[in-house]
Amino acid sequence: MTNNQIMFFIFSAVIVIFSILTVTSRRILRAATFLLFVLVSTAGLYFMLRFNFLAAIQLTLYAGGIVVLIIFSILLTSHVGAKLEQPGLAKVIFSALTALVGAAVAIAAILQYKFPETVIPKERTNIEDIGQALISTGKYGYALPFEVISILLLAAMIGSIIIAKKRKD
Amino acid sequence: MFEGVPLTWFLILATIMFFVGIYGFLVRKNLITILMSLELILNSVNINFVAFNKLLYPEHLEGMFFTVFIIAVAAAEASVAIAIIINIYRRLVNIDVENMKEMKY
Repeated sequence: MTNNQIMFFIFSAVIVIFSILTVTSRRILRAATFLLFVLVSTAGLYFMLRFNFLAAIQLTLYAGGIVVLIIFSILLTSHVGAKLEQPGLAKVIFSALTALVGAAVAIAAILQYKFPETVIPKERTNIEDIGQALISTGKYGYALPFEVISILLLAAMIGSIIIAKKRKD
Repeated sequence: MFEGVPLTWFLILATIMFFVGIYGFLVRKNLITILMSLELILNSVNINFVAFNKLLYPEHLEGMFFTVFIIAVAAAEASVAIAIIINIYRRLVNIDVENMKEMKY
């Protein structure tokens, strides 16, 4: 058992347990907190794979931004101690059946396929490479998606301001 | 592969997370909890992208850029969804999916 395996097991145990708690917890604020734990341990997995920049983005944007936004909207729309009502038994059974069958099929397919054994180089991803790729227009360049995503973010910002604005009826 | 951690483990972990998200998406009624299940699904896809990037092209960064763009799209989607949820709350005072029979402006 190497150190990497131990770390992987810790992260994956946290991810599995807290993602199940996220979808089953009846207190909505707790569910948001469990989601935060899941996202933080996913950032840990990225650190394990040596994607340091990506892990930093995951921590700041997902764990810092989206979860805070979700918690804000929970506080705006429901009472702090409010409990969600229990879903119907038939709904729970059929949804769990769907999820279990889907997971079983996907995991069987993964286990049957023989992935090639490759040795991964140990170096980290370089910030300079990331910056060069984001502004280059040639092969392996991502200038166009970068611009498109900035327009998408602007549109989303304007759209959400317009939608959430109070109207004078 | 990653110093003792095979790719299969990452894929199985992402699969479990994805289907837990699917379960939450089907079971929950509150709109915000549905949004949280959606974040779980997107996050599991990100793990797959990153693991395959390390397996296939460790010298390029394609999976990483896809993941960055998915995170940006998730942020935009969450902000718009929460604006819509707050607007629905103003009109209907609760945010269960069953009450939304029409989404007319």
